[in-house]
Amino acid sequence: MLIYTLKRLLQAVPTLLIVITISFFLMRVAPGGPFDGERQLPPEIEANLMAAYHLDEPLPMQYLRYMGNLLQGDFGPSFKYKDFSVTELIMQGFPVSLEIGGLAILLALIIGLPLGIAAAIKRNSTVDYLVMGTALTGIAVPNFVLAPIFALVFGVLLGWLPAGGWNGGALPNLVLPVVALSIQQIAYIARMMRASMIEVLGSHFIRTARAKGLNEGEVIFRHAIRPALLPVMSYLGPAIAGIITGSVVIEQIFGIPGIGRYFVQGALNRDYTLVMGTVVFYGVLIVLMNLIVDLLYSALDPQIRYDD
Amino acid sequence: MTSESKPYSGDNADGAPLPAGGPNPPHSHSGPNPPHSPEPETTAASAAPAGESLARDAWRRLSQNRAAMASLALLIAIVVVCVIGPWLLPWGLAEVDWNAFGTGPTLDNAHFLGTDANGRDLLTRVLYGGRISLSVALVASLVSLVIGVLYGAISGYLGGRVDNLMMRFVDIMYSLPFMFLVILLMVVFGRNIFLIYAAIGAVEWLDMARIVRGQTLALKRREFIEAAHALGVRDTKIVTRHLIPNAIGPVIIYVTLTVPKVILLESFLSFLGLGVQEPLTSWGVLISEGVDMMESAPWMLLVPSFFLAATLFCLNFLGDGLRDALDPRTR
Amino acid sequence: MTQPLLDVDKLSVTFQLPTGPVTAVKDVSFSIAEGETLALVGESGSGKSVTSTAAMRLLPELAETTGAIRFNGENLLEVSAKRMRRVRGNDISMIFQEPMTSLNPLHRIGRQIGEVLTKHKGLKGDANRRRVLELLKQVGIPEPERRFSSYPYELSGGQRQRVMIAMALACEPKLLIADEPTTALDVTVQAQILDLLKSLQTQYGMAILFITHDLSIVRHFADHVAVMRQGEVVESGRTVDVFDAPQHDYTRMLLDAIPRGRKAPAPADAPVMLSARDVKVRFVTHRRLFGGNAYFEAVRGIDLTIRRGETLGIVGESGSGKSTLGRALLRLLESEGDIRFEESDISALDKSGMRPLRSKLQVVFQDPFGSLSPRMTVGDIISEGLKVHHPELNRRQREAEVIAALEEVALDPAMRNRYPHEFSGGQRQRIAIARALILKPELLLLDEPTSALDRSVQVRVIDLLRNLQQKYGLTYLFISHDLSVVRALSDHVLVMKEGRVIEQGPAETIFTEPAEPYTRALLKAAFLENEEVAA
Repeated sequence: MLIYTLKRLLQAVPTLLIVITISFFLMRVAPGGPFDGERQLPPEIEANLMAAYHLDEPLPMQYLRYMGNLLQGDFGPSFKYKDFSVTELIMQGFPVSLEIGGLAILLALIIGLPLGIAAAIKRNSTVDYLVMGTALTGIAVPNFVLAPIFALVFGVLLGWLPAGGWNGGALPNLVLPVVALSIQQIAYIARMMRASMIEVLGSHFIRTARAKGLNEGEVIFRHAIRPALLPVMSYLGPAIAGIITGSVVIEQIFGIPGIGRYFVQGALNRDYTLVMGTVVFYGVLIVLMNLIVDLLYSALDPQIRYDD
Repeated sequence: MTSESKPYSGDNADGAPLPAGGPNPPHSHSGPNPPHSPEPETTAASAAPAGESLARDAWRRLSQNRAAMASLALLIAIVVVCVIGPWLLPWGLAEVDWNAFGTGPTLDNAHFLGTDANGRDLLTRVLYGGRISLSVALVASLVSLVIGVLYGAISGYLGGRVDNLMMRFVDIMYSLPFMFLVILLMVVFGRNIFLIYAAIGAVEWLDMARIVRGQTLALKRREFIEAAHALGVRDTKIVTRHLIPNAIGPVIIYVTLTVPKVILLESFLSFLGLGVQEPLTSWGVLISEGVDMMESAPWMLLVPSFFLAATLFCLNFLGDGLRDALDPRTR
Repeated sequence: MTQPLLDVDKLSVTFQLPTGPVTAVKDVSFSIAEGETLALVGESGSGKSVTSTAAMRLLPELAETTGAIRFNGENLLEVSAKRMRRVRGNDISMIFQEPMTSLNPLHRIGRQIGEVLTKHKGLKGDANRRRVLELLKQVGIPEPERRFSSYPYELSGGQRQRVMIAMALACEPKLLIADEPTTALDVTVQAQILDLLKSLQTQYGMAILFITHDLSIVRHFADHVAVMRQGEVVESGRTVDVFDAPQHDYTRMLLDAIPRGRKAPAPADAPVMLSARDVKVRFVTHRRLFGGNAYFEAVRGIDLTIRRGETLGIVGESGSGKSTLGRALLRLLESEGDIRFEESDISALDKSGMRPLRSKLQVVFQDPFGSLSPRMTVGDIISEGLKVHHPELNRRQREAEVIAALEEVALDPAMRNRYPHEFSGGQRQRIAIARALILKPELLLLDEPTSALDRSVQVRVIDLLRNLQQKYGLTYLFISHDLSVVRALSDHVLVMKEGRVIEQGPAETIFTEPAEPYTRALLKAAFLENEEVAA
């Protein structure tokens, strides 16, 4: 298990190298520099700035310098937020993003799994049609449509919850963004769980369990749910990636100071180091999350042994 | 591998019948054979009646699925309206009605769904935006289809070391934070519609490649492919006559699932202000504009959202219906 | 006999399918006394499994059941669901055809067996564990202590079926329903499982309802037999009586459906058609990106010779390498060693070099569902070879050939525009034969061509193959695990195990005086050792 974990981490290195390299060179070939802002800077000041950020060096040198700094956990200074380093910005934003992302995935599992199970057990009943119809709607309405409507209805019209802002992560401020972020994943997870549960319920070992004289509750909870969870588990990787991506718009819409917002702002402002820093950070995060999901999967399925 | 260990698998037919009519389609001639007469193998006289191909069989099943058919009809309607609608409406894409800034739906001046803050007719803009969104969906899905099918089929058919390397590459690509690289690409190269086609297509081919490879590998082991080899049929013919027609079902299903994903991606980019650029518009751009005006002009958000959601909804329904109709497990 | 243990009285089962109601079982009646074995026999679709599943009330909800199933006088169709659960696994238990998938893949063996004991006997903790270990020992699982905490995937098919039996016996049921328990297993394993059931039956004094399609098992295993056909019992009685003096035509036909006769020998001086020396096949099991691969040797050096007009039977259990050998001989798989066809070395020919020979070397595969491309019409499937080998023929001529080939295999030529999924298993196998025949081959590789078919269909396909061989002087390479079929068709027999030849010789010698213990075990397991030599 330990060896497998290490091996997987090692395999992630080329992936991350590719991410860093692609984003580095893409940003450098981009037309327009970080300092062609609103007002024209005098040439000598711009030259000074370029030198200060080593932008006057040849590209390969810059690349190596960047890599060297990265290894020390230094993403470099932000071009736009002049008083902050990128590492500081990410570390500021990450706890916020982690909180709403983590809560969203938790919510998606807590609601999605039971809904899927219920729909499978009551297959072709009103419950089933209701759950699956709602799920399909959840998939069809993107979160960047839902989020503003939520904000309008619950925030502005009804005034139940704040329509935006972070307020240090107070509970009322969390509700709308977390719900908006998780709805699509709830729908996906419910649909997958239903399909997988139906397949398991039709399998031979469930027939065996019934032939043993177990009641339906025992059949479902002891024998059906765990095997049905396996395919859903392997979807968790993409689900987490989806939530991370979704958090970019959600943070934008609700004005939440997470990394997603820095990312979009950076992208619109050509803040090279900030954008690169976030992309690399997201890359590491996604690789780590996939690894955790795989390890979780192995805990559920005895047949998978990571001794290879 | 089950073939040798389960010699009498045909007997499953007398276990619990499946709702779909058991392993055999209702019109098949299988099932219990009368014992003494030879197998029931005479139905028609001298003429050779045409049988029902799997494609026709699938279409028949699909056409019995009312939800899927309604979705298909609505989808066709949306496409037709988006394509010809703008010619029938009196307003142009960027034409400003100086008498109507941000008015709600009204019959005056034919602003059936109102105007935006700049006095442009919303219905006209939504239909033009639909053209862009649908064209992105079509082109990007095609790009992903072509790359994915070729890559997957080559990898699966060649097998061995080549397959191993090609799939490792896909694995690496999978773990890239693609969404962010696409955003990066848009930032760097400007908001160009052809770039959107290519970028989204380049992201979405990975799944298709995996699916096609899996299909190819499975089909390669099927006995009818071996039988074709035994007949001396050439490799190219085996691929075109046997492999592709049999792999097409899952590919079609997957395409219907890719299209909504692509539409969503495009509108996501546009929403962030990284998608198509003025004077072009798309549903994502319109939604993003609508969000800004949400409180004073809610129709600006609701109209494009409705079009987007309806399209996604129909595509998903259709995809589900197609899967039920084509899935070999239900026959 | 006062009251039977199980009394099935006018049982009918109707499935309410979306396409309309389908009656799977009609007015079926039979009874089993304590400690007795009743075999329910029938071909696929006869309703025998539905009947037994109905007794456990395990049919899906869309099944409507009428009549009565009385167990110790209590009508199981009327008792509450709760009461029924007390019966299942406790008074009546069941084992199934699919040992590979009938155990929960995520639970350890010990827990799965122990669960029944907790449920019905309230046995927990150490007592539970002791009883489970005892059961594992009784069903002949080696190292029960270790297997207790194994997962199903670590066990072979035979061992899994033993675990299923242990689970079924845990509460000492009065009735065991065994639904084709040995069908998915190799013959030698099959014999072991049957022996085990027999001895446990005496030990526990339980009755067995045995569902099978295999008459030779019935003869050796059951006291009473009920023959089912299309949902109805056509004949029942003591096994001896039914087998000795069958009353119903269908029973007679079933009993008759044993491959009979022997092949007329080919002349001893017939020219050698195919010969092979030291053929080896290995598969890559573990592919490494760099460095060497790991291999599995499926065929480990085999010599053989087939003369024109002969049938060489290749016999073996699953995993013996017999199918791999067959494919290698036809150069459908890469192999090492010499292969000669009509005196010319074909082992070094590449794809295009083999192509002209392909029309002379044809194949019929086992799986009638997998060997025909589902997206082509029967006519296209049969004529595909003509397009390769006789491109000079026009459409009309090809169609005429297809019609002739279909007639040859006794199928209506009018069916040529239909698709494979519209045909039954036996019909599909005939189509596969027609596809091979149309090229006028000299050597036909028959890889388990009848194994997936019902006995009565099997016999007709075998007759067809035999007639075709005589008519066209064909040479057959016949691969099968079914000894009675091999005996009826072959001149020579080659017994394979783990990629090697165990024994070979003239068919009669192998079947009457087997030299090797493994061959003897195979014959004994197939109940062929004491079968009268049918003329």
